[in-house]
Amino acid sequence: MSEIQTNDTGGKHKKGGSKQKKISVFVDFTPMVDMNMLLITFFMLCTSLSKPQTMEISMPSNDKKLSKDDQPPVKASQAITLVLSGGDSVFYYEGLPNYKDYKSLKLTSYSADGIREFLLKRNTEAVIKINELKEKKAQLKISQDQYTKQASEIKGGKNTPVVIIKAADQATYKNLIDALDEMQICNIGKYVIDKITPSEKFLIKNYQTKGALSANTAK
Amino acid sequence: MSKVKVARKSTRIDMTAMSDVTVLLLTFFMLTSTFVKKEPVQVTTPASVSEIKIPETNILAILIDPAGKVFMSMDKQGDMVETLTKVGKDYGVTFTAEEIQKFKVSSTFGVPIKKMKDYLALKATDQDKVLATLGIPTDSLDNQFKSWVKNARATNPDFRIAIKADAKTPYKVIKDVMTSLQDLRENRYNLITSLKNETANK
Repeated sequence: MSEIQTNDTGGKHKKGGSKQKKISVFVDFTPMVDMNMLLITFFMLCTSLSKPQTMEISMPSNDKKLSKDDQPPVKASQAITLVLSGGDSVFYYEGLPNYKDYKSLKLTSYSADGIREFLLKRNTEAVIKINELKEKKAQLKISQDQYTKQASEIKGGKNTPVVIIKAADQATYKNLIDALDEMQICNIGKYVIDKITPSEKFLIKNYQTKGALSANTAK
Repeated sequence: MSKVKVARKSTRIDMTAMSDVTVLLLTFFMLTSTFVKKEPVQVTTPASVSEIKIPETNILAILIDPAGKVFMSMDKQGDMVETLTKVGKDYGVTFTAEEIQKFKVSSTFGVPIKKMKDYLALKATDQDKVLATLGIPTDSLDNQFKSWVKNARATNPDFRIAIKADAKTPYKVIKDVMTSLQDLRENRYNLITSLKNETANK
Protein backbone atom coordinates (compact mmCIF):
# COMPACT_ATOMS: atom_id res chain seq x y z
CA MET A 1 0.00 0.00 0.00
CA SER A 2 2.58 2.50 1.03
CA GLU A 3 5.01 0.85 -1.35
CA ILE A 4 5.27 2.03 -4.89
CA GLN A 5 5.56 -1.05 -7.04
CA THR A 6 8.42 -1.11 -9.48
CA ASN A 7 9.34 -3.55 -12.17
CA ASP A 8 12.58 -4.20 -10.42
CA THR A 9 12.92 -7.88 -9.81
CA GLY A 10 15.20 -8.75 -7.00
CA GLY A 11 17.34 -5.74 -7.59
CA LYS A 12 18.92 -7.21 -10.71
CA HIS A 13 19.09 -4.96 -13.70
CA LYS A 14 17.89 -6.42 -16.92
CA LYS A 15 20.30 -6.13 -19.70
CA GLY A 16 19.24 -3.81 -22.45
CA GLY A 17 16.39 -2.35 -20.38
CA SER A 18 15.95 1.30 -19.55
CA LYS A 19 18.75 2.61 -17.43
CA GLN A 20 16.51 4.77 -15.27
CA LYS A 21 17.03 3.90 -11.64
CA LYS A 22 13.97 2.39 -10.04
CA ILE A 23 13.72 2.86 -6.32
CA SER A 24 11.15 1.18 -4.18
CA VAL A 25 9.47 3.95 -2.17
CA PHE A 26 8.37 2.46 1.08
CA VAL A 27 7.22 4.78 3.81
CA ASP A 28 7.41 3.29 7.23
CA PHE A 29 4.25 4.17 9.12
CA THR A 30 5.27 2.71 12.47
CA PRO A 31 6.28 6.03 14.10
CA MET A 32 3.06 7.56 12.82
CA VAL A 33 1.05 4.81 14.51
CA ASP A 34 3.06 5.34 17.71
CA MET A 35 2.27 9.00 17.75
CA ASN A 36 -1.42 8.44 17.06
CA MET A 37 -1.69 5.89 19.82
CA LEU A 38 -0.12 8.37 22.19
CA LEU A 39 -2.61 11.04 21.19
CA ILE A 40 -5.53 8.65 21.57
CA THR A 41 -4.36 7.71 25.05
CA PHE A 42 -4.12 11.38 25.95
CA PHE A 43 -7.62 12.12 24.69
CA MET A 44 -9.09 9.09 26.41
CA LEU A 45 -7.63 10.07 29.75
CA CYS A 46 -8.13 13.83 29.69
CA THR A 47 -11.59 14.15 28.24
CA SER A 48 -15.00 12.89 29.16
CA LEU A 49 -17.35 11.43 26.63
CA SER A 50 -20.60 11.82 28.49
CA LYS A 51 -22.06 15.25 28.78
CA PRO A 52 -23.68 15.81 32.15
CA GLN A 53 -27.45 15.77 32.26
CA THR A 54 -29.33 18.60 33.80
CA MET A 55 -32.63 19.21 35.48
CA GLU A 56 -34.33 22.50 34.98
CA ILE A 57 -36.22 23.84 37.94
CA SER A 58 -38.00 27.07 38.63
CA MET A 59 -38.29 28.08 42.22
CA PRO A 60 -41.10 30.27 43.48
CA SER A 61 -40.11 33.87 43.94
CA ASN A 62 -39.94 34.95 47.55
CA ASP A 63 -40.68 38.52 46.65
CA LYS A 64 -42.53 40.16 49.54
CA LYS A 65 -44.54 42.34 47.17
CA LEU A 66 -46.42 39.39 45.73
CA SER A 67 -50.04 39.58 46.72
CA LYS A 68 -52.14 36.62 47.80
CA ASP A 69 -53.78 36.56 44.37
CA ASP A 70 -50.50 35.56 42.74
CA GLN A 71 -50.24 32.53 44.95
CA PRO A 72 -53.30 30.46 44.24
CA PRO A 73 -54.16 28.09 47.07
CA VAL A 74 -54.03 24.38 46.41
CA LYS A 75 -57.06 22.18 46.90
CA ALA A 76 -56.51 19.95 49.89
CA SER A 77 -57.77 16.96 47.90
CA GLN A 78 -55.03 17.45 45.32
CA ALA A 79 -52.15 18.24 47.63
CA ILE A 80 -49.52 15.70 48.51
CA THR A 81 -46.71 16.73 50.79
CA LEU A 82 -43.44 14.84 50.71
CA VAL A 83 -41.13 15.33 53.64
CA LEU A 84 -37.63 14.19 52.85
CA SER A 85 -35.93 13.09 56.01
CA GLY A 86 -32.52 11.75 56.89
CA GLY A 87 -31.49 8.14 56.36
CA ASP A 88 -33.02 7.96 52.86
CA SER A 89 -36.51 7.85 54.26
CA VAL A 90 -39.39 9.90 52.96
CA PHE A 91 -42.67 10.69 54.67
CA TYR A 92 -45.80 11.80 52.92
CA TYR A 93 -49.28 12.94 53.75
CA GLU A 94 -52.26 13.79 51.62
CA GLY A 95 -54.19 17.00 51.97
CA LEU A 96 -54.03 18.77 55.29
CA PRO A 97 -51.86 17.37 58.05
CA ASN A 98 -53.64 15.66 60.88
CA TYR A 99 -51.70 16.47 64.01
CA LYS A 100 -53.76 14.19 66.21
CA ASP A 101 -53.31 10.95 64.33
CA TYR A 102 -49.69 9.95 63.79
CA LYS A 103 -50.80 7.39 61.22
CA SER A 104 -51.82 10.15 58.80
CA LEU A 105 -48.12 10.50 58.05
CA LYS A 106 -46.78 7.57 56.09
CA LEU A 107 -43.21 6.37 55.82
CA THR A 108 -41.91 5.08 52.51
CA SER A 109 -38.74 4.82 50.46
CA TYR A 110 -37.37 6.11 47.16
CA SER A 111 -37.53 2.70 45.53
CA ALA A 112 -39.87 1.78 42.70
CA ASP A 113 -42.45 0.21 45.00
CA GLY A 114 -42.27 3.04 47.51
CA ILE A 115 -43.19 6.59 46.76
CA ARG A 116 -43.43 5.95 43.01
CA GLU A 117 -46.23 3.45 43.37
CA PHE A 118 -48.23 5.87 45.48
CA LEU A 119 -47.67 8.82 43.14
CA LEU A 120 -48.53 6.79 40.04
CA LYS A 121 -51.74 5.69 41.70
CA ARG A 122 -52.68 9.27 42.47
CA ASN A 123 -51.82 10.41 38.97
CA THR A 124 -53.25 7.47 37.00
CA GLU A 125 -55.29 9.61 34.64
CA ALA A 126 -52.34 11.68 33.44
CA VAL A 127 -50.00 8.70 33.29
CA ILE A 128 -52.35 6.78 30.99
CA LYS A 129 -52.77 9.80 28.73
CA ILE A 130 -49.02 10.43 28.58
CA ASN A 131 -48.37 6.80 27.71
CA GLU A 132 -50.90 6.99 24.87
CA LEU A 133 -49.18 10.14 23.67
CA LYS A 134 -45.78 8.48 23.81
CA GLU A 135 -47.08 5.62 21.70
CA LYS A 136 -48.41 8.06 19.13
CA LYS A 137 -45.04 9.73 19.01
CA ALA A 138 -43.28 6.40 18.60
CA GLN A 139 -45.51 5.64 15.61
CA LEU A 140 -44.61 9.08 14.20
CA LYS A 141 -48.22 10.23 14.24
CA ILE A 142 -47.33 13.45 16.01
CA SER A 143 -44.18 15.56 15.96
CA GLN A 144 -41.89 16.29 18.89
CA ASP A 145 -43.30 19.80 19.28
CA GLN A 146 -46.86 18.55 19.39
CA TYR A 147 -45.85 15.95 21.91
CA THR A 148 -44.22 18.45 24.26
CA LYS A 149 -47.20 20.76 24.00
CA GLN A 150 -49.80 18.09 24.63
CA ALA A 151 -47.76 16.48 27.39
CA SER A 152 -47.49 19.74 29.29
CA GLU A 153 -51.24 20.24 28.83
CA ILE A 154 -51.97 16.85 30.34
CA LYS A 155 -49.51 17.40 33.18
CA GLY A 156 -51.05 20.76 34.00
CA GLY A 157 -54.58 19.36 33.89
CA LYS A 158 -57.20 20.17 36.48
CA ASN A 159 -57.30 16.97 38.46
CA THR A 160 -53.59 16.24 38.62
CA PRO A 161 -52.04 16.21 42.06
CA VAL A 162 -49.86 19.03 43.33
CA VAL A 163 -46.78 17.84 45.16
CA ILE A 164 -45.06 19.93 47.78
CA ILE A 165 -41.53 18.77 48.49
CA LYS A 166 -40.13 19.72 51.85
CA ALA A 167 -36.68 18.62 52.79
CA ALA A 168 -35.32 18.40 56.31
CA ASP A 169 -31.77 19.51 57.04
CA GLN A 170 -30.68 15.90 57.45
CA ALA A 171 -31.71 15.01 53.90
CA THR A 172 -29.00 14.88 51.27
CA TYR A 173 -28.86 16.45 47.84
CA LYS A 174 -29.37 13.00 46.36
CA ASN A 175 -32.71 12.71 48.16
CA LEU A 176 -33.85 15.96 46.60
CA ILE A 177 -32.80 14.84 43.13
CA ASP A 178 -34.50 11.48 43.68
CA ALA A 179 -37.71 13.23 44.67
CA LEU A 180 -37.55 15.51 41.62
CA ASP A 181 -36.84 12.46 39.52
CA GLU A 182 -40.02 10.79 40.76
CA MET A 183 -41.95 13.84 39.61
CA GLN A 184 -40.66 13.23 36.09
CA ILE A 185 -41.26 9.50 36.17
CA CYS A 186 -44.79 9.92 37.50
CA ASN A 187 -45.53 12.75 35.06
CA ILE A 188 -46.42 15.23 37.76
CA GLY A 189 -46.45 18.69 36.27
CA LYS A 190 -47.14 20.73 39.37
CA TYR A 191 -44.62 20.51 42.15
CA VAL A 192 -42.81 22.93 44.35
CA ILE A 193 -39.84 22.84 46.68
CA ASP A 194 -40.72 24.48 49.94
CA LYS A 195 -39.08 25.08 53.26
CA ILE A 196 -39.80 22.70 56.08
CA THR A 197 -41.93 24.12 58.85
CA PRO A 198 -41.96 23.21 62.56
CA SER A 199 -45.32 21.51 62.04
CA GLU A 200 -43.73 18.98 59.66
CA LYS A 201 -40.93 18.38 62.14
CA PHE A 202 -43.59 17.79 64.78
CA LEU A 203 -45.35 15.31 62.53
CA ILE A 204 -42.15 13.32 61.99
CA LYS A 205 -41.32 13.28 65.68
CA ASN A 206 -44.87 12.29 66.43
CA TYR A 207 -44.59 9.45 63.96
CA GLN A 208 -41.31 8.26 65.39
CA THR A 209 -42.70 8.25 68.92
CA LYS A 210 -45.91 6.63 67.67
CA GLY A 211 -48.21 9.44 68.64
CA ALA A 212 -46.71 10.18 72.05
CA LEU A 213 -46.41 13.88 71.23
CA SER A 214 -49.98 14.33 70.08
CA ALA A 215 -51.20 12.39 73.08
CA ASN A 216 -49.31 14.78 75.35
CA THR A 217 -50.66 17.90 73.68
CA ALA A 218 -54.20 16.56 73.86
CA LYS A 219 -53.95 16.38 77.62
CA MET B 1 19.54 -34.80 -3.09
CA SER B 2 18.25 -31.37 -3.48
CA LYS B 3 18.36 -28.88 -0.68
CA VAL B 4 15.05 -27.80 0.77
CA LYS B 5 14.96 -24.10 0.12
CA VAL B 6 13.28 -21.99 2.75
CA ALA B 7 11.88 -18.94 1.14
CA ARG B 8 13.17 -15.79 2.77
CA LYS B 9 10.31 -13.52 3.59
CA SER B 10 10.49 -9.95 4.71
CA THR B 11 9.24 -9.43 8.26
CA ARG B 12 8.17 -5.91 7.49
CA ILE B 13 4.51 -5.29 8.32
CA ASP B 14 2.65 -2.64 6.46
CA MET B 15 1.56 -0.12 9.04
CA THR B 16 -0.59 2.00 6.76
CA ALA B 17 -3.83 0.26 7.64
CA MET B 18 -3.02 0.50 11.34
CA SER B 19 -2.34 4.18 10.92
CA ASP B 20 -5.68 4.63 9.21
CA VAL B 21 -7.48 3.05 12.13
CA THR B 22 -5.69 5.13 14.74
CA VAL B 23 -6.33 8.38 12.89
CA LEU B 24 -10.00 7.46 12.68
CA LEU B 25 -10.17 6.74 16.40
CA LEU B 26 -8.34 9.95 17.16
CA THR B 27 -10.79 11.96 15.09
CA PHE B 28 -13.69 10.30 16.88
CA PHE B 29 -12.32 11.13 20.32
CA MET B 30 -11.49 14.68 19.37
CA LEU B 31 -14.96 15.36 18.04
CA THR B 32 -17.14 13.65 20.63
CA SER B 33 -15.41 14.33 23.91
CA THR B 34 -15.11 17.43 25.98
CA PHE B 35 -12.22 18.31 28.21
CA VAL B 36 -12.54 17.59 31.88
CA LYS B 37 -12.45 20.78 33.86
CA LYS B 38 -10.10 20.81 36.77
CA GLU B 39 -12.13 20.96 39.93
CA PRO B 40 -10.68 21.59 43.37
CA VAL B 41 -12.89 18.99 45.00
CA GLN B 42 -14.18 15.62 43.91
CA VAL B 43 -17.88 15.79 43.26
CA THR B 44 -20.08 12.83 42.40
CA THR B 45 -23.35 14.05 41.04
CA PRO B 46 -26.50 12.07 41.79
CA ALA B 47 -28.17 10.21 38.94
CA SER B 48 -31.46 11.19 37.38
CA VAL B 49 -33.62 10.16 34.45
CA SER B 50 -33.62 13.66 33.04
CA GLU B 51 -32.38 13.75 29.47
CA ILE B 52 -31.88 17.45 28.94
CA LYS B 53 -28.30 18.26 28.01
CA ILE B 54 -26.63 21.25 29.51
CA PRO B 55 -25.76 24.11 27.15
CA GLU B 56 -22.05 24.61 26.60
CA THR B 57 -21.64 28.33 26.80
CA ASN B 58 -22.72 31.03 29.22
CA ILE B 59 -22.70 28.77 32.23
CA LEU B 60 -22.17 29.98 35.73
CA ALA B 61 -21.37 26.75 37.50
CA ILE B 62 -21.78 26.51 41.25
CA LEU B 63 -19.86 23.61 42.70
CA ILE B 64 -20.81 22.32 46.14
CA ASP B 65 -18.69 19.69 47.83
CA PRO B 66 -19.92 17.18 50.46
CA ALA B 67 -18.64 19.37 53.29
CA GLY B 68 -20.69 22.27 51.98
CA LYS B 69 -17.91 24.40 50.54
CA VAL B 70 -19.02 26.45 47.57
CA PHE B 71 -16.93 27.15 44.48
CA MET B 72 -17.78 28.86 41.25
CA SER B 73 -16.60 28.77 37.67
CA MET B 74 -17.41 30.65 34.51
CA ASP B 75 -16.62 29.73 30.96
CA LYS B 76 -15.52 33.16 29.76
CA GLN B 77 -12.30 34.67 31.10
CA GLY B 78 -13.40 38.22 30.26
CA ASP B 79 -16.48 37.84 32.45
CA MET B 80 -14.39 36.39 35.27
CA VAL B 81 -12.15 39.44 35.35
CA GLU B 82 -15.01 41.89 35.28
CA THR B 83 -16.85 40.02 38.02
CA LEU B 84 -13.74 39.93 40.20
CA THR B 85 -13.27 43.68 39.85
CA LYS B 86 -16.91 44.33 40.70
CA VAL B 87 -16.90 42.04 43.73
CA GLY B 88 -13.61 43.59 44.82
CA LYS B 89 -15.21 47.03 44.65
CA ASP B 90 -18.12 45.85 46.82
CA TYR B 91 -15.71 44.76 49.52
CA GLY B 92 -13.16 47.54 49.02
CA VAL B 93 -10.40 45.38 47.54
CA THR B 94 -8.57 46.43 44.40
CA PHE B 95 -6.48 44.02 42.37
CA THR B 96 -3.33 44.65 40.40
CA ALA B 97 -3.00 43.65 36.75
CA GLU B 98 -0.76 40.77 37.74
CA GLU B 99 -3.29 39.42 40.22
CA ILE B 100 -6.07 39.70 37.66
CA GLN B 101 -3.94 37.79 35.15
CA LYS B 102 -3.43 35.01 37.68
CA PHE B 103 -7.14 34.90 38.49
CA LYS B 104 -8.01 34.70 34.82
CA VAL B 105 -6.20 31.43 34.23
CA SER B 106 -7.67 29.59 37.23
CA SER B 107 -10.58 27.41 36.15
CA THR B 108 -12.50 27.40 39.41
CA PHE B 109 -12.49 29.99 42.14
CA GLY B 110 -13.85 30.05 45.63
CA VAL B 111 -11.91 32.08 48.14
CA PRO B 112 -13.22 34.59 50.67
CA ILE B 113 -12.60 38.00 49.11
CA LYS B 114 -10.39 39.15 52.00
CA LYS B 115 -8.08 36.21 51.38
CA MET B 116 -8.12 36.59 47.60
CA LYS B 117 -4.94 38.70 47.48
CA ASP B 118 -2.95 36.22 49.57
CA TYR B 119 -4.34 33.37 47.52
CA LEU B 120 -3.41 34.90 44.20
CA ALA B 121 0.12 35.53 45.45
CA LEU B 122 0.65 31.78 45.90
CA LYS B 123 2.23 29.50 43.31
CA ALA B 124 -0.16 27.57 41.06
CA THR B 125 0.62 24.23 42.72
CA ASP B 126 0.01 25.65 46.20
CA GLN B 127 -3.19 27.33 45.01
CA ASP B 128 -4.81 23.97 44.27
CA LYS B 129 -4.04 22.70 47.75
CA VAL B 130 -5.29 25.84 49.48
CA LEU B 131 -8.39 26.20 47.33
CA ALA B 132 -9.81 22.84 48.44
CA THR B 133 -9.79 24.05 52.06
CA LEU B 134 -11.48 27.39 51.36
CA GLY B 135 -14.74 28.19 49.59
CA ILE B 136 -17.05 31.14 49.20
CA PRO B 137 -18.84 32.05 52.46
CA THR B 138 -22.59 31.54 52.12
CA ASP B 139 -23.83 32.12 55.65
CA SER B 140 -26.32 34.87 56.31
CA LEU B 141 -23.84 37.12 58.16
CA ASP B 142 -21.26 37.28 55.39
CA ASN B 143 -22.87 36.16 52.17
CA GLN B 144 -20.18 36.77 49.60
CA PHE B 145 -21.75 34.15 47.36
CA LYS B 146 -24.66 36.51 46.76
CA SER B 147 -22.29 39.25 45.74
CA TRP B 148 -20.52 36.96 43.27
CA VAL B 149 -23.76 35.86 41.63
CA LYS B 150 -25.14 39.38 41.55
CA ASN B 151 -22.04 40.78 39.89
CA ALA B 152 -21.75 37.86 37.49
CA ARG B 153 -25.32 38.51 36.41
CA ALA B 154 -24.55 42.22 35.98
CA THR B 155 -21.55 41.32 33.82
CA ASN B 156 -23.33 38.85 31.59
CA PRO B 157 -27.15 38.89 31.62
CA ASP B 158 -27.31 35.69 29.54
CA PHE B 159 -25.79 33.49 32.21
CA ARG B 160 -27.48 30.23 33.07
CA ILE B 161 -26.88 29.10 36.60
CA ALA B 162 -26.01 25.44 37.03
CA ILE B 163 -25.67 23.84 40.43
CA LYS B 164 -23.37 20.86 40.63
CA ALA B 165 -23.47 19.33 44.06
CA ASP B 166 -22.24 16.07 45.50
CA ALA B 167 -24.87 13.42 46.16
CA LYS B 168 -23.98 13.36 49.86
CA THR B 169 -24.21 17.10 50.42
CA PRO B 170 -26.60 17.84 53.28
CA TYR B 171 -29.73 19.65 52.15
CA LYS B 172 -28.99 22.46 54.59
CA VAL B 173 -26.18 23.74 52.37
CA ILE B 174 -28.24 23.42 49.21
CA LYS B 175 -31.02 25.31 50.96
CA ASP B 176 -28.65 28.17 51.83
CA VAL B 177 -27.52 28.41 48.23
CA MET B 178 -31.07 28.22 46.90
CA THR B 179 -32.29 30.86 49.34
CA SER B 180 -29.46 33.17 48.31
CA LEU B 181 -30.40 32.68 44.69
CA GLN B 182 -34.06 33.30 45.48
CA ASP B 183 -33.16 36.55 47.22
CA LEU B 184 -31.45 37.64 44.02
CA ARG B 185 -34.57 36.69 42.05
CA GLU B 186 -32.65 34.00 40.26
CA ASN B 187 -35.53 31.58 40.17
CA ARG B 188 -34.62 29.44 37.22
CA TYR B 189 -31.56 27.29 37.30
CA ASN B 190 -30.22 23.91 36.35
CA LEU B 191 -29.23 21.05 38.58
CA ILE B 192 -26.48 18.96 37.08
CA THR B 193 -26.94 15.22 37.36
CA SER B 194 -25.50 12.17 35.70
CA LEU B 195 -27.50 9.72 33.65
CA LYS B 196 -29.28 6.99 35.54
CA ASN B 197 -29.69 3.61 33.99
CA GLU B 198 -33.29 2.92 34.83
CA THR B 199 -33.25 -0.77 33.86
CA ALA B 200 -30.18 -1.49 35.96
CA ASN B 201 -31.85 0.10 38.93
CA LYS B 202 -34.83 -2.21 39.05
